[in-house]
Amino acid sequence: MATLEIRDLHVTVEADNATKEILKGVDLTVKQGETHAIMGPNGSGKSTLAYSLAGHPKYTVTGGTVTLDGEDVLEMSVDERARAGLFLAMQYPVEVPGVSVSNFLRTSATAIRGEAPKLRTWVKEVKETMERLSMDPSFAERNVNEGFSGGEKKRHEILQLELLKPKMAILDETDSGLDVDALRIVSEGVNRVRETGEVGTLLITHYTRILRYIKPDFVHVFSGGRIVESGGAELADKLENEGYEAYTKGGVSA
Amino acid sequence: MAEAQNIPVGSTTAGQIAVAAESTVATRMSAPPSFDVADFPVPHGREEEWRFTPLERLRGLHDGTAVATGDGVKVDVQAPEGVVVETVGRDDARLGRAGTPVDRVAAQAYSAFEKAGVVTVPKETVLTEPIRIAVHGEGGVAYGHQLVELGAFAEAVVVIDHTGDAVLAANVDFVLGDGAKLTVVSVQDWDDKAVHVGQHNALIGRDATFKSFVVTFGGDLVRLHPRVAYAGTGGEAELFGLYFTDAGQHQEHRLLVDHNTPHCKSNVMYKGALQGDNAHAVWIGDVLIEAKAEGTDTYEMNRNLVLTDGARVDSVPNLEIETGEIVGAGHASATGRFDDEQLFYLMARGIPADEARRLVVRGFFAGLVQQIGVDDIEERLLVKIDEELEASV
Ligand SMILES: Nc1ncnc2c1ncn2[C@@H]1O[C@H](COP(=O)(O)OP(=O)(O)OP(=O)(O)O)[C@@H](O)[C@H]1O
Ligand SMILES: [Mg+2]
Repeated sequence: MATLEIRDLHVTVEADNATKEILKGVDLTVKQGETHAIMGPNGSGKSTLAYSLAGHPKYTVTGGTVTLDGEDVLEMSVDERARAGLFLAMQYPVEVPGVSVSNFLRTSATAIRGEAPKLRTWVKEVKETMERLSMDPSFAERNVNEGFSGGEKKRHEILQLELLKPKMAILDETDSGLDVDALRIVSEGVNRVRETGEVGTLLITHYTRILRYIKPDFVHVFSGGRIVESGGAELADKLENEGYEAYTKGGVSA
Repeated sequence: MAEAQNIPVGSTTAGQIAVAAESTVATRMSAPPSFDVADFPVPHGREEEWRFTPLERLRGLHDGTAVATGDGVKVDVQAPEGVVVETVGRDDARLGRAGTPVDRVAAQAYSAFEKAGVVTVPKETVLTEPIRIAVHGEGGVAYGHQLVELGAFAEAVVVIDHTGDAVLAANVDFVLGDGAKLTVVSVQDWDDKAVHVGQHNALIGRDATFKSFVVTFGGDLVRLHPRVAYAGTGGEAELFGLYFTDAGQHQEHRLLVDHNTPHCKSNVMYKGALQGDNAHAVWIGDVLIEAKAEGTDTYEMNRNLVLTDGARVDSVPNLEIETGEIVGAGHASATGRFDDEQLFYLMARGIPADEARRLVVRGFFAGLVQQIGVDDIEERLLVKIDEELEASV
């Protein structure tokens, strides 16, 4: 069973000629088939955790370990991590001029699967997945994320999640900027992948709204660059009622 | 984390549509067109038509100090049967009909060449194989002139292939008879030090079709003026361009489509990729729709993809409309940037870095290359693009 293990992870960024520590010792274990929600206030370091796991060059790991099935993730390049089974749905997906969605998806699937998918079944697979996400077929011919609305970008991320079938999916605020319909469509996409039982999901969110559609097994409160409390789904209800104040003001937070 | 930036630092994408105002296209030139170099003052660099060009790298083509050396370029013409290939003197009456030099270097070329090449495809001759004109630089300074003429209803593909090292100022004229169809591919695949300046003039006959591909990879400085005018109604021009500007290179394409005749069409699409320090691409797209040219249909577009920091693009589309009785007129210019965030995004989907770069650049150029329709040239361009990319990372 695939397991992502994060141990005492410390991460810094360079900002304004100063080194700033953002992650201050994150511990988390995600197993295949489990869904962990990470909730926390703005600026607490949630995206930093997501980007660090994916290997974004702006973030420097200064301590701790990350392993996927015992393999050292931190030693891997960004593309190696993806091929090892890590997937990051980004909070702000990037526009790539000159590359069509269809070309991008196929190149990516070829890289992840280790061989080019058979053209006929592939075209069908993409078409059906797009249909389920209520994406117009014309998206396939558009440039990656170029001119996509916020909601369209998020659907495009989930389209990739469904096609690439990772072992570990990190979803960074996939719910933000979505209206209720889009939230439902996107959540259904995530649930289809979860229902295979073959993916571990790290669902990063600011709001409890998405948890009505995607039921987490564990909820972690993230504040000041580390997990400050962990519990079951009921912890989300507590956050819904009480907000993050208890964690940001004094006491528990660093 | 910020969204991807779309306009690189140090680039301009200006443009304007002037409607029935004073002619900006004509007034932007510092002297009227002329075949005589003496009619043009030596440029100092602040003139509108020279302001982007590093004059000091023209190796004297602009100020009369570049003297032809005899070992400038070797020209080899291969033509299928039925084509007439000649070398003629300056006084040949067929020369200079497609257009008049618009700047000092083009006029210098016209004033200084000794012999001109003339390739004629007689009327109603339809070629199945391309005519190939190989221009190979031998290291010296040269001035040249080439005429390609198609008789009525003739059809031909001409490949002009520039390689080697030279300091060359040369103009090319294309004269298309009624109903003729000409595709021209001009490849600038020069060595690193070459300097190449020239004007391409096409005069398009009634119902004739002119399709041009200007492909610029090499050279220290390349500055070309592809220009089109119409000799009768129903003419069509498609002007395609592709450039890959590397560190230190200056590649400048200055187009003019003169809609001087009613019911003609033009479509301009130039795309460029840039990488490396001081890579500089300049694209000027002038389209003039004269008062008498009702029924004109025109569109022009320039797109640039900046792959690294330190490269600069100046892209200036300029559409000037003197009549409202037209079918359509439009222009677009955009400069996008391939940056670390894009690279990260593609790599986060399992795509290795070099493949990601190739994906972006190939995708950017793909549609354009496929339009050429000359297999060996298409393949060579794709290989060339890959080579350019490998050299970069
Ligand atoms: N590339 C960077 N350069 C400078 N500072 C950064 C960078 N990335 C993150 N930070 C800083 O690190 C802190 C955590 O940011 P991060 O984006 O991880 O928070 P978040 O929990 O995802 O917030 P949000 O809920 O707003 O998405 C913030 O103070 C942010 O300004
Ligand atoms: Mg965030």
